[in-house]
Amino acid sequence: MKSLAELAAIREKMKDKVVLREGTNDTRIVVGMATCGIAAGARPVLNAFVEGVNREGLAGSVTVSQTGCIGICQYEPVVEVFQPGKEKVTYVKMTAEKAEKVIADHIKGGKVVEEYTYNTAVNA
Amino acid sequence: MKELSLNVLDIAKNSVKAKATLIGISLVEEGNKLTLTITDNGSGMKPEVVATVMNPFYTTRTTRKVGMGIPLLILAAEQTGGSVTIESRHEEDHPADHGTVVTAVFYTDHIDFTPIGDIVSSIETLIMGSPEIDFTFLHDRNGQTAELDTRQIREVLGDVPLDTFEVIQWIGQFLREQYGSADETV
Repeated sequence: MKSLAELAAIREKMKDKVVLREGTNDTRIVVGMATCGIAAGARPVLNAFVEGVNREGLAGSVTVSQTGCIGICQYEPVVEVFQPGKEKVTYVKMTAEKAEKVIADHIKGGKVVEEYTYNTAVNA
Repeated sequence: MKELSLNVLDIAKNSVKAKATLIGISLVEEGNKLTLTITDNGSGMKPEVVATVMNPFYTTRTTRKVGMGIPLLILAAEQTGGSVTIESRHEEDHPADHGTVVTAVFYTDHIDFTPIGDIVSSIETLIMGSPEIDFTFLHDRNGQTAELDTRQIREVLGDVPLDTFEVIQWIGQFLREQYGSADETV
């Protein structure tokens, strides 16, 4: 059974951590979570990013957040990746599986997964 | 929406936008009747705005963006023979006691009833998206309940934000345990 004592332990553990959030050198992954995104399957995509980033130990430098409608509803679920000094990358028609590849190739490897991007989708 | 839990996520986000500090989500199943209630203490809406959110194509809509969230909830409820009601008290008219209550009734034995789906995941997503807001959650299935109150969690956590990964994981496990392994909706 989960207990409040476990929460207290999480609190103790966090006390020693220097929390550096919203830093300027952070990578930001933003998932569109308006009605259009949710209906198209954004919830499992968000969860895949959150779990993947934490599993890969990237939480110190990568933040995952939710936003409203990005404006290209027919391409939902839409995910935007912001990295300092680089152009924004917009991924479209995302799934949890695609999220794993974006984490591995782009977030960790530094190589944009071109086949999932908005630019590729509109030029197809 | 493929799951009612996605409607819940979508509708509760309206409460976030209305600057609520406390959002209550309850699902009560009694026999074949499911009552979903989403309550918030946000800014509330004037009666004429409530009319516009019920109908996305209301013609006098010029000053306010109205989304498809409520109409989709109405569709999901009405196609089972149920209904949706919205009660709202705008902050200008009710400065001491404002907010909105959305109530949706579904009949779960109707062929067009949308399954509840992964409601725990929707609660986790809401907390992650708005860790500064408090949420209460109750799912009563004919007397068998799963409950959460982030105010109690916050009390133990002190300054640690609710969207800390370990905390979200704890919340998910805490709720899923209350459903037990035999539960079909988790």
